[in-house]
Amino acid sequence: MLNLSALFKAPRIRGGVHAEEHKASTSAQPIVVDFPLPKKLYIPLQQHVGKASEPVVRVGDHVLKGQLLAHSQGMISAPVHASSSGVIVDINDYPAPHPSALPIRTVVLETDGEDKWISAPPVDDPFQLAPEEVSLRVGAAGIVGLGGAAFPSAVKLNLGRENRIHTLLINGGECEPYLTCDDRLMQERAEGIIDGIRLMLYGMETGQAIVGIEDNKPEAYTAMRKASLPYPFIKVEQVPTRYPMGWDRQLIRYLTGREVPAGGRSADVGVIMHNVGTAYAVHRAIRFNLPLISRIVTVSGGAVASPMNIEVPIGTLISELFAFCGVNQTATRRIIMGGPMMGDALPHSRLPIVKASSGILALTQEEIRNKAQQPCIRCAQCVSACPAGLLPLDMANRIRNNQLDAAVDIGLKDCISCGSCSYVCPSNIPLVQYFKYASGELAARQQAQHKSEHTRRLMDERNARMDRIKKQQQEEEQARLAAKAERERLQTEQGTLA
Amino acid sequence: MIAHSKLSSGAHIGTNTTVRHIMWQVMLAISPATAVGLFCFGWPALNLFIVTLLSAVLFEAFCLRLAGRIARPVIMDGSALLSGWLVAMTLPPWAPWWIGVAGSGIAIILGKQVYGGLGQNLFNPAMLARIALLISFPIEMTTWPNVSPVFSAHAPGLIESLSITFYGLGSMASADAMTGATTLGYIKTEFSQQHWLPDILADHSIFLDFLGWTRGSLGETSSLLLAAGGIWLIRQGVIKWHIPVSLLLTVTVLSGIFHMMDGQHYVSPLVHLSSGALMCAAFFIATDYVTSPNTPAGQLVFGAGCGLLIFVIRTWGNYPEGAGFAVLLMNAATPLIDHYIRPRIYGRYRNGKPLAQKITAQERKQ
Repeated sequence: MLNLSALFKAPRIRGGVHAEEHKASTSAQPIVVDFPLPKKLYIPLQQHVGKASEPVVRVGDHVLKGQLLAHSQGMISAPVHASSSGVIVDINDYPAPHPSALPIRTVVLETDGEDKWISAPPVDDPFQLAPEEVSLRVGAAGIVGLGGAAFPSAVKLNLGRENRIHTLLINGGECEPYLTCDDRLMQERAEGIIDGIRLMLYGMETGQAIVGIEDNKPEAYTAMRKASLPYPFIKVEQVPTRYPMGWDRQLIRYLTGREVPAGGRSADVGVIMHNVGTAYAVHRAIRFNLPLISRIVTVSGGAVASPMNIEVPIGTLISELFAFCGVNQTATRRIIMGGPMMGDALPHSRLPIVKASSGILALTQEEIRNKAQQPCIRCAQCVSACPAGLLPLDMANRIRNNQLDAAVDIGLKDCISCGSCSYVCPSNIPLVQYFKYASGELAARQQAQHKSEHTRRLMDERNARMDRIKKQQQEEEQARLAAKAERERLQTEQGTLA
Repeated sequence: MIAHSKLSSGAHIGTNTTVRHIMWQVMLAISPATAVGLFCFGWPALNLFIVTLLSAVLFEAFCLRLAGRIARPVIMDGSALLSGWLVAMTLPPWAPWWIGVAGSGIAIILGKQVYGGLGQNLFNPAMLARIALLISFPIEMTTWPNVSPVFSAHAPGLIESLSITFYGLGSMASADAMTGATTLGYIKTEFSQQHWLPDILADHSIFLDFLGWTRGSLGETSSLLLAAGGIWLIRQGVIKWHIPVSLLLTVTVLSGIFHMMDGQHYVSPLVHLSSGALMCAAFFIATDYVTSPNTPAGQLVFGAGCGLLIFVIRTWGNYPEGAGFAVLLMNAATPLIDHYIRPRIYGRYRNGKPLAQKITAQERKQ
């Protein structure tokens, strides 16, 4: 019988764009694993959302590959491990891979070339471990979301166990143009990913998993499908190629028909999502006791002579990757970490690869949008492109007129900065930049308000204290005067008596 | 404004579409219908067309200079040229030169630049110009030449056409023999003589109306070519289907109902659809980005509103041509439509409240 309810619940895709892909140059070649070990590794102590890790090594220490460098701090954090063996030569502030290149506490490791692992016995049968042991070990291995968000994975797994999760979604969407690191990973290491998924399901005590892969990656789909065959509770499904399909909420809606409430978490609709790279890292961490010390990075863009996917140690400088892939420095107009839609432009290449670096792009003048900005013609392309159902043109207009609260009223806080609106704008208005500016400004205002409230409270308290002291002094004075009067009275009395 | 050189966040790439690209695509889409008009009405139409386009660009340059801006890059975006073109499309083909100049002036200065230029105007500049001209110069704006294709026996020659354009049709001895009424105008006057539809349209060919072989505005006679251009624009992704479809559907359904109820008084949908002004309004005027709503639902409402007003004005109004008035009235309603019809934000109800969590007991783990 025709299932009408399923028909009405049919998930659909809202908004999004189909950007030119630029994936062919890297998706057909195997992952390069023999990247020469750099002389020095710059390992930042904050490579995740949350609190920075606290170093446990000192300058001069010799460390082995996989040895703990810094332990996590607080609820949301992840430890950092040595990406190779060698000597710690510095623990200091170095530029972070961020548009501002602001300094961040970094461990500098001079490699000794031996690349010697710390002894870590593999686990015979991880399914004999207690389920909560999985997230403990994932946490200890320093695994964070490798899709780019860098949220500590163990925290998510715990969340998954505590909340009632019915589905683990695995994001193999990789919707960003140019990036193919997940594609290659799925093609080459599908068994590992599937094993990681099984381990996560075991750790979360959850029944089923769905892997979503965009239909522009048929090889990855086939490989994953094949690897998943023995496990009927792991479904591998194709999803349409439409950016931002990798946005967790878009994928959740497409694959489960559920919509995460605004301000809520995916766990609210019974879903937790992890990236395929994260699943693979979980497999390595639980099966082989290996921490997250390397990742696959797509190096691509018009200025790259040989674009490729490389497995590199965390802390490798981007400049070394560029030298390896033959990047034309003069042709490079913009260096981007991540994809071209949501990635950040970096000021230079002497910045390290971190756990969240899915791609490093060296784009030429022709590739980046460099046309002059023109007035908005209200074509509403941005409205059609917005996957969140917002009105980018209207929000930008309000922000331009400094009506930030009015912009919030029509959904500024629901913007995910996916860049679809900027991508389609024929007037080249940097819409996302407006929204980021406004969000930053609002946060600053809120902070300033908190501060002024705090100051006022301190002032009030001080005034109250002063009043109290004054009153006390007055009372003391009165008491003193009264005592004096009393004394004098007694003296006169005594005098009269005498 | 945020400078691109300081861009640190995405999207770092973009489509090749630019404002200029869009304007040229629209001009390309209206050129076949324009060509038919220029062919049917000959040299005087070409003179008027050139004068209108040229003056539109000059007015734009003049305004930009007044505002202290560099005119060249703005002129190059093609929006002034397109406005001039649309104004010319709606003019009687043999109107004198100053009608074209006045039309461009109203469109560019009053319709666009006083609001702050491209993207800022509330009303469609071309329609504003047409309606202002129609009210100010009713004679010139309702003198429709007969179809007299270039090189045909009755077509005015080059010298004659210069005289028509620069000294007016009055300079011609045979002026009356050269003009008549448009189909809709003819029906309206015949109604006032107590003639009813079957007689009025007895020897009228709707087919020729569709092709453009009929009296009417310079570029608005060939409804077939206008519709073809419009469909091409939809295919190119320049305009969306919502406004044209809801507009045409509304007119068709309303006129169909009334025609079925009383065929003596109400023209059939075919007569409405074969009037080029309707197609021009549906695909090229009402779809103007700046003056129409942003959301698909809003566009459907807008198109239906235009269609309703066109039908009402054509049927019961004093002017045979309802499209211009209808579009202007709906332009005025656009901010209201945009205020009330907004897309539903992901994770929220239409009223903006976050969705309630929906996880069934069955799905909950034990």
